[in-house]
Amino acid sequence: MKEIIGIKLGMTRIFASDGEAIPVSVIEAGPCVVVALRTTEKEGYQAVQVGFGQKRANLFNKPLTGHYKKAKQETRRFLKEIKSDSELKIGDELKVDIFKKGEKVDVTGISKGLGFQGVMRRHNFNGANITHGQSDRQRAPGSVGSSSYPSRVFRGQKMAGKMGKDKVTALNLEVAQVIGEQNLLLVRGAVPGKKGTLLKIRTSNRPR
Amino acid sequence: MRQIEQLEKSYLKDKLTAFKSGDTVKVHVKIKEGDKERVQVFQGTVIGRRGAGMGATFTVRKMSSGVGVERIFPLHSPNVSKIERIRQGKVRRAKLYYMRDLTGKSARIDEMLEENKVEEKK
Repeated sequence: MKEIIGIKLGMTRIFASDGEAIPVSVIEAGPCVVVALRTTEKEGYQAVQVGFGQKRANLFNKPLTGHYKKAKQETRRFLKEIKSDSELKIGDELKVDIFKKGEKVDVTGISKGLGFQGVMRRHNFNGANITHGQSDRQRAPGSVGSSSYPSRVFRGQKMAGKMGKDKVTALNLEVAQVIGEQNLLLVRGAVPGKKGTLLKIRTSNRPR
Repeated sequence: MRQIEQLEKSYLKDKLTAFKSGDTVKVHVKIKEGDKERVQVFQGTVIGRRGAGMGATFTVRKMSSGVGVERIFPLHSPNVSKIERIRQGKVRRAKLYYMRDLTGKSARIDEMLEENKVEEKK
């Protein structure tokens, strides 16, 4: 199980040696530095807390400054916990080259916020007839329940509302290329979020 | 954004034949048949170019035994091994989709005047 933190830079395409065009998401992943440890004895599970990115030290409050000071590390923009079964120590660096071309990874992130959307976009409703005497009802949800019994709308009824900004995991994406010196990870296909979204990349735990 | 452009740069072809819409080109395409590879030449008129960076493509149209054939090539694909410009055409638009409705004499494109021809930049 390998895991690393990165930010989405966008998408492009690369060509394989046989000329196949591969759509890739470009992720700037790592280097992540271990700031704190979570152990089975103390916290009940094993993980490491890593810092990623840059942020000026004077922007941090005292508790966080102390947290970094304790680990003798520079301040980082993001602080996240990742799973690790390997023996990592405070100060160890995780780099993108833990992944290799051809590996399968899962990428987790917060999807694009789409705002308030109607039922057709949000839940793939079909909408209503254009004809048969209807007017102004083409994108309406239709009936949301019965009448006097149950006299209420069931919980979970699909309606219009805020869409996106969910935690989404894209499963089983193939690593198309790893560029170690620029900390870039090229993954086949789309990953959640917009440019600049924080992503967690881990070895796929359900490879096909 | 900059990082992506830089990444693309390493993949882009550095020596590209200059050509525009209206030009007649020969496109050398690598074709795989089983484990054999050969090069096929597709000659026709460029009726449009689109995109930038790795996604750039161009469309070539030719008449093949009375039937119009159009192929869209990714400009930077390794399968497009060579592009030769045979003739520079004089056209007034970037996208020559009107060529699809023309046949015979009206489907011709005038050659660019000698003094207006663009030389290949190396």
